[in-house]
Amino acid sequence: MDGNTSLIHLENINFSYSSGQLVLDDVNLTMEEGARIALKGGNGAGKTTLFHIILGLIRPLSGSVTVMGRTCVGEEDFKQVRRQVGLVFQDPDDQLFCPTVIEDVAFGPLNMGLKSSEAIERADSTLSSLGISHLRDRVPYRLSGGEKRLVSVATVLSMKPDVLLLDEPTVGLDQWVTERLIRVIRDYPCRGLLLISHDSRIADALTTRSLVLKGHKIEEECLAVNSQSRVSVSGS
Amino acid sequence: MTCEAFSSGSSYLHRADPRVKILCAIFYSVVVACLSGMPLQYAAFIFSAILLSTARIPFRMILRRLAVVNVFVLALWLVIPFSTPGHVLFHAGPLDVSSEGICAAFSITLKCNAIIMANLALLSTSSMFSLAHSLAHLKVHSKLVQLFFFTWRYLHVLEDEHRRMVQAIRIRGFSPRTDMLTYRTYAYLVGLLFVRGYERGERVYKAMLCRGFDGTFWLLHHFHLHGRDIILAVVMGLVTVALAGMEWMGIPH
Repeated sequence: MDGNTSLIHLENINFSYSSGQLVLDDVNLTMEEGARIALKGGNGAGKTTLFHIILGLIRPLSGSVTVMGRTCVGEEDFKQVRRQVGLVFQDPDDQLFCPTVIEDVAFGPLNMGLKSSEAIERADSTLSSLGISHLRDRVPYRLSGGEKRLVSVATVLSMKPDVLLLDEPTVGLDQWVTERLIRVIRDYPCRGLLLISHDSRIADALTTRSLVLKGHKIEEECLAVNSQSRVSVSGS
Repeated sequence: MTCEAFSSGSSYLHRADPRVKILCAIFYSVVVACLSGMPLQYAAFIFSAILLSTARIPFRMILRRLAVVNVFVLALWLVIPFSTPGHVLFHAGPLDVSSEGICAAFSITLKCNAIIMANLALLSTSSMFSLAHSLAHLKVHSKLVQLFFFTWRYLHVLEDEHRRMVQAIRIRGFSPRTDMLTYRTYAYLVGLLFVRGYERGERVYKAMLCRGFDGTFWLLHHFHLHGRDIILAVVMGLVTVALAGMEWMGIPH
């Protein structure tokens, strides 16, 4: 469990709301190179909170966050983290704010310092890899739920993050969009994936291991969780 | 959304560069507001009406917009004729109606409608987004542009949340009456709208931080001046300057 070689390493994270309600109690999490992990747990268990802590959107009361070997202390550290770790929010409406889809998808690359022609090129290629080039000039808030979801994923993938954090990406999606999303994420060459989902379709298709956030702690669910190996857990 | 009802179309004014339209609207409005001679005010009114007719907005929709504005003008009619000192035309109970008061109220009505018609013609024929972009290109302070843009952007979201809440209370049999339950329900509704709006703002900001936002807004749209924009600028400029010049020289009197 060396924090220097893992993608994400959380150590003794404590967090409670300002009301004093405890959310995370001494939570440890290590995400190794190539890990594809499903994070489960009941509603309000603190899964989203954990994601926000990894990206420095909220700060834990105590504990350390190490991402790609960098121990993050201040906002400057987390700014770097946000270039490497892409978070897809639960509600696409939180993520999309630009007048047009293309601007929204180019927003991240522009902030990373790309020239506007490069950013647009990057945004266009991301849209086409998701098969949604036709939405390019549409207004994000007028899209359907499924389209909004795909665009919100595009806004993150266009930054080419090494690690993906997905927060309930399939809520409200139909079978077809869900399958499409699964294909997009599976084809994306990321070094690590952390997925919050109650939807076993996507969890089985994309992850190889499950963690459960329960009683303010993280536990390993079982050794091998996979659509094929779930029935017979034998050997390794 | 109602505030963008006229923005799609193919008229001359719809296709014109929004930067030019904003500048024309500002100068024209200021000059018209300062006109004192009645003939000039008539002239401005007629010019605005002609300008608006070129935008090819359905007449009934224009009337509806003007009706809203004239509600405020009506309020002036209830005050100014009675409160302006001058030659008394007639007595309305204990109040005197002066001819100067009527003239002043009439003049305000003319100028107000002239300005609104010109702005309808020039500004409502652009989408809010292109107006926001134009303001940025016109070097308006980026904070102001962002305020303008986000206010408009999140009106939709708030409208949506409002609609959802109204549906939620309706399916449980709520119909507005004049009782405590109704008042309390509306208070909850407004309160919740504030709370949700605030939380939404927080989440949007966080999502923007995740994408490296540091206060810079990027402009990807660039406007190009066409011949038609220059014609519009010249015509509007000439009319504005002519009105201002005649006002300044006091002709016709």
